[in-house]
Amino acid sequence: MIEFKNVSKIYGDGTKAVDDVSFTINEGEFVVLIGTSGSGKTTTMRMINRMIDSTSGEILIDGKNIKDENAVELRRRIGYVIQQTGLMPHMTVYENIVMVPKLLKWDKDKMRETAERLLKRVDMGNEFLDRYPQELSGGQQQRIGVIRALAANQDIILMDEPFGALDPITRDALQELVKHLQEEMGRTVVFVTHDMDEALKLADKIAIMSEGKVIQYDTPDNILAAPANEFVESFLGEDRLQQRSTMQTVDQVMVKTPITVTSDMTLAESIRVMRDRRVDTLFVTDMHHVLQGVVDFEGINKNRKKAETVSEIMSHVYYVKSGTLLSSVADKMLKRGYKNIPVVNEAGKLEGLVTRASLVDIVYDTIWGDDEEVESIPLETTQYQESE
Amino acid sequence: MADFFANYGSQMMRLIWEHLYISMIALGLGVIVAVPLGIGLTRTGKLATAVIGLASILQTVPSLALLALMIPLFGIGQVPAIIALFIYSLLPILRNTYTGMRGVNPALVDAARGMGMTEMQLIRKVELPQAAPVIMAGIRLSGTYVIAWAALASYIGAGGLGDFIFNGLNLYIPELIIGGTIPVTLLALLVDFGLGMVEKKVTPRNQVSG
Repeated sequence: MIEFKNVSKIYGDGTKAVDDVSFTINEGEFVVLIGTSGSGKTTTMRMINRMIDSTSGEILIDGKNIKDENAVELRRRIGYVIQQTGLMPHMTVYENIVMVPKLLKWDKDKMRETAERLLKRVDMGNEFLDRYPQELSGGQQQRIGVIRALAANQDIILMDEPFGALDPITRDALQELVKHLQEEMGRTVVFVTHDMDEALKLADKIAIMSEGKVIQYDTPDNILAAPANEFVESFLGEDRLQQRSTMQTVDQVMVKTPITVTSDMTLAESIRVMRDRRVDTLFVTDMHHVLQGVVDFEGINKNRKKAETVSEIMSHVYYVKSGTLLSSVADKMLKRGYKNIPVVNEAGKLEGLVTRASLVDIVYDTIWGDDEEVESIPLETTQYQESE
Repeated sequence: MADFFANYGSQMMRLIWEHLYISMIALGLGVIVAVPLGIGLTRTGKLATAVIGLASILQTVPSLALLALMIPLFGIGQVPAIIALFIYSLLPILRNTYTGMRGVNPALVDAARGMGMTEMQLIRKVELPQAAPVIMAGIRLSGTYVIAWAALASYIGAGGLGDFIFNGLNLYIPELIIGGTIPVTLLALLVDFGLGMVEKKVTPRNQVSG
């Protein structure tokens, strides 16, 4: 838990970078500090690991004032990710990942094991360990930047506009990854950005800052539902406030009974299921209906001689949690070309499936919601064709 | 040619050694003083400008005059010569260390500090490796300067290849002048080459050379 109690930062020339800020970040929360440049969001974040010392007020981590602790030791307990990645160009990927463990004098085997495990977690193989950061793409570099901040089991991770320099698709993938990692590992994240979409997507709570003060500190839903003042409203923008009223979640449109098989089912049996149910994709679950992966017709056909059960050939599947906004799922399908996206609950249990057909329904309802209008459509189309 | 070596060969070997010896001690001292000083200066504010300014002024004193100035202070011989050459070697090393350290990408320094490196670890593991090419360029420059200027050291009785050159001038024996000059040039090239090898060694792989 991180507590800010009347914290101010005043520079020598009298500028108040942070002005009497008080708020609490609970353990395991993803908190986004957002504001325009000069709002004090970065300063606020940097005070947590004492890269900047506060002028007055107290910052407590788990009840202890951070000023009572050695700054160097404090920083080793707090992960730190910055925009320009800050990867050391003269160190290999491995050396970069284990920078903090090395400072903490871990033994070699433990460091190696940690580096390999984390690398795998971000879908990168061991062959990257001996490469240098410059040989990696921007997205890969920032993946390393992120896992470097996790390597010493830091409970708190600070991120200063980490994805600002990435292209939209890479940024999207990394946001997804960071959110998953954070939920999975239960770390507390303090994330600075000026991008409202990013904040709404990632945050459990958003702190909107302006001129050194926290204007509103609440969950994204509450902020959208009840902006504290005009500043917050203008910061959110008309579009988002309007969208909110018509926003749907995946639960409203998903197919409730996706076709599943259990992981111990044989390939022959699965093919039969596919034929009977007229589908080309099956979701694999365990006994408790927890989503494990996916098999498709091509996969089965290709491996029919080599493998016996579906568990051997199933592949990793992209999924979303129930309650996810439909707009973000639609975005994913269009941008990354997923045919369908399974929806799971908190425990990972498969709840339903959003298909491209569900999206068609939505678009249809939104545009041609009225039956009368629908009937006029074919006529227009015909006319158009004739004129051609 | 053969005559020259028969007459002066052994003397030449001794002078080459003396020359190298004076220059390398001066350069070594220069590195020992200027590199830490340069690093230290990056941790101060305005003092850096003052110190580098002072070093620049020392650099402008004509070399012969500086050598002559050493006589009332330290007498004649190798010691005053080494001190004078040492003073000359300071500036390029100091300036390059300072600019090299200042030129390290601030994001790297911020990341390293934010992850919990102490000041010493930051210097040793991040800033020095990053600044190595620039610092080494300063040392190489000083190395060649010092070898060239050491020829003047003979003037205050320090020996070295300057002996040949000055004797040749005084007695008008062109062979001696050439026999002094060519080895000085070769020595300078050799030292530069040697330091170039050191540079390769201390420059981290994959360094973006600046």
